[in-house]
Amino acid sequence: MKKHCSRLLIAVLFVLGSAFAQTGGELRFCLRSEPKTFNPLLVEEDSSDTVRYLTAGVLVRLNRQTQQLEPELATAWKTSKDGATITFTLRQNVRFSDGTPFSAQDVAYTFQQLMDPNLHSPLTDQFRPSGGNVQTKILSSGKIAITFPAPIAGLDKLIDLIAIMSGKSPKKEMAVLGPYYVAENKAGAYLVLQRNPNYWKHDSSGRQLPYIDSVRLDIQQNRDLELLRLLRGEIHFVNSIDAEYFDKVMADKPSMAHDAGPSLDSEHMWFNQVAGSPLPDYKKAWFRSTNFRRAVSESINREDLARVAFRGHARPAVGMVSPANQFWFNAKLHPHPFDQASALKRLAQDGFHLQGGVLRDKSGNVVEFSIMTNSGNKYRERMATMIQQDLLGIGVKVNVVTLDFPSLIERITRTFNYEACLLGLVNTDLDPASLMNVWVSSSENHQWNPSQKAPETAWEAEIDRLMKAQASALDDRKRKEYYDRVQEIAWEQEPFIYLVTKNMLSAVSPSVRNATPVVLRPQVYWNIDRLTLHPEVASSK
Amino acid sequence: MKHARTIAIAFLAIVGVACLLPGIFSASDYAHQFRDIPNAAASHEHWLGTDDLGRDRFSRVLYGTRVSLLLAPTAALIASLLAATIGGAAGFLGGWMERLVMAGTDLFLSLPWLFLLITVRALLPLNVAPLTSVIITFALLGCLGWAAAARVVCADASSLRNSDFILLAHASGSGGWRLLWRHLLPNLMPVLYAQFWISIPVFILTEANLGILGLGVSEPMPSWGSLLRELESYSTISSNPWQFVPLLLFILVVSCFHMVVVDRELPA
Repeated sequence: MKKHCSRLLIAVLFVLGSAFAQTGGELRFCLRSEPKTFNPLLVEEDSSDTVRYLTAGVLVRLNRQTQQLEPELATAWKTSKDGATITFTLRQNVRFSDGTPFSAQDVAYTFQQLMDPNLHSPLTDQFRPSGGNVQTKILSSGKIAITFPAPIAGLDKLIDLIAIMSGKSPKKEMAVLGPYYVAENKAGAYLVLQRNPNYWKHDSSGRQLPYIDSVRLDIQQNRDLELLRLLRGEIHFVNSIDAEYFDKVMADKPSMAHDAGPSLDSEHMWFNQVAGSPLPDYKKAWFRSTNFRRAVSESINREDLARVAFRGHARPAVGMVSPANQFWFNAKLHPHPFDQASALKRLAQDGFHLQGGVLRDKSGNVVEFSIMTNSGNKYRERMATMIQQDLLGIGVKVNVVTLDFPSLIERITRTFNYEACLLGLVNTDLDPASLMNVWVSSSENHQWNPSQKAPETAWEAEIDRLMKAQASALDDRKRKEYYDRVQEIAWEQEPFIYLVTKNMLSAVSPSVRNATPVVLRPQVYWNIDRLTLHPEVASSK
Repeated sequence: MKHARTIAIAFLAIVGVACLLPGIFSASDYAHQFRDIPNAAASHEHWLGTDDLGRDRFSRVLYGTRVSLLLAPTAALIASLLAATIGGAAGFLGGWMERLVMAGTDLFLSLPWLFLLITVRALLPLNVAPLTSVIITFALLGCLGWAAAARVVCADASSLRNSDFILLAHASGSGGWRLLWRHLLPNLMPVLYAQFWISIPVFILTEANLGILGLGVSEPMPSWGSLLRELESYSTISSNPWQFVPLLLFILVVSCFHMVVVDRELPA
């Protein structure tokens, strides 16, 4: 009885909370650049992605907090046994921002647009990895089946990226089904999004969402100025900030600072293992040796990297999947320990030996290599300098080279004239399918040795097999089994030496209510339709 | 003005001695990372605190000053020699040769320096020791920084070529190398000196700019450029005022160089 009463009380409070949620006001934050497109199917960069997230209506939405799919415009969906067809049951009585009614024809139109070869949508390949046509079949006004040329693993999660467009509205992509629509665009200066009057979602008390009237997005490239504006109260949050700015916020206004824990992004280094690279043969032999890579990995003090380079706002990396990825992370794995004695034993197995404090290979060559990274990224430069000092502990001399980004990309993708590289990988997707282009040996982004005609090592062949198996399996538990094994092989072989996992840091004004920053993008405004502003802020212009 | 020059020379001398003998003033190695105390405040052990990797900032300022102060004059010397050779020859020979060389110089001046340096730096081998990277950086500056000075030298050599004493020397049988070595070059020396002294702060500034872009001297070797990078983020400098010391020293040294140069150029 007591339990029943408390549940009732919570429900009543929730309803009352919703009923009295402050509505109105203008939420303000900054974009780092001008959006390049308002067409949601052509989005490639962060600013356009922000506008897409705020304006798009999607069939299903990945809840950024629970990492589970939730119904949106589709009230139900079902994937066929062969994984190639997905059937959606659509929400009724929904209208676009301009009043045009939403129907299954709009879903069909959106997928036709997506697959149009003349549009060159960056999303197309994810739905059609090996070519072929996508078929849409309208079963009724509220039901549609979409058939893809081949089974797609994690198909339902990919649907989160597709903004449904109107096939009938004269406003085309500017007619939206999301919480806001683009009302004003001052090129290079700002955008104003207004509340969609036809947004279908309501809170538990029946009030139409979103609570906030408008969103103003100022174009601000300079991060210092962005932070200053936040501290002055001119904007309401900074979605993602780096460790130094975070410390500044913590010192000045601790209530603004939010650390959501490990992010999905990784910082890692790798050795050039390309057989045809212009490196001397003895260096190629070092870099292709598992013992050498493992020894270098064990000689790097990851705890120090996290504590010093990232001021404690990072943790030693485990491997290719961040612990933030709740389902796919292999929890059996742990970061490689800092153990230089073990590293020297591994090196001795390959004939390396210390001579006068300098490591030499079995032919007597001094072990020396360069690590290049992109100039201007102080965290990577710091990590490279710390690795330089760490590796002196096993007698390895490292030269740190910073290059402008185009030159660096030229070296890692075309000339292969480099020895080791330190970079990061930004992960926006939880599903392993998004990493196929990195881990399959024939891929151009298989950075340590790209575009292999056939796997050059047995462990790469095994990774290829497992990645393809997980991509074609439809049962997530089976997929995870395969992917766990891939993570173990990557941990053992270390083609990428994972260094740290940065924390997801953000700064949010206390005037923004219901903000619970998470690690998945968009970190702060993932629940934009539920955010409210403090009454004083909401009423002031 | 004379007093100011004396003070400037004295200051440069003190800085020069301090950075030539850094071991006397600082017990810490500029590259050693005291990882337990990154971003430490100024203390008895670390007079200017430590940087973001825990390295002693005072020691890095001394070594960084040595790098910049030793190699900037070397780069200035390379640039001045190139300017003397190219500009002097063009001015002395005159005619189509002068026009051709000056056209080439104008073309060189119109090149975007920073992008040129970035491109050339990217083409160089990666696996070079920090000391070699320093030498490469300043050698590049010297090799690319001659054009403006060459124009000045050429104009001066051109006016000397038409002067009475050269005409007289010509008439007396002097020609070719003798005319160049005995008469023209000694008269070009004041201009070359001035160009040399002007180039030093310019090259220090350029290296600092490259350093701020992360393209100058490679880690762990310090230079003024890499030391000034600490100031690029406002969020950290407000709580660490000692980070301004390299900037202060940089301003003082460049000002002193200018004072010395200006005083040399002023008529007696």
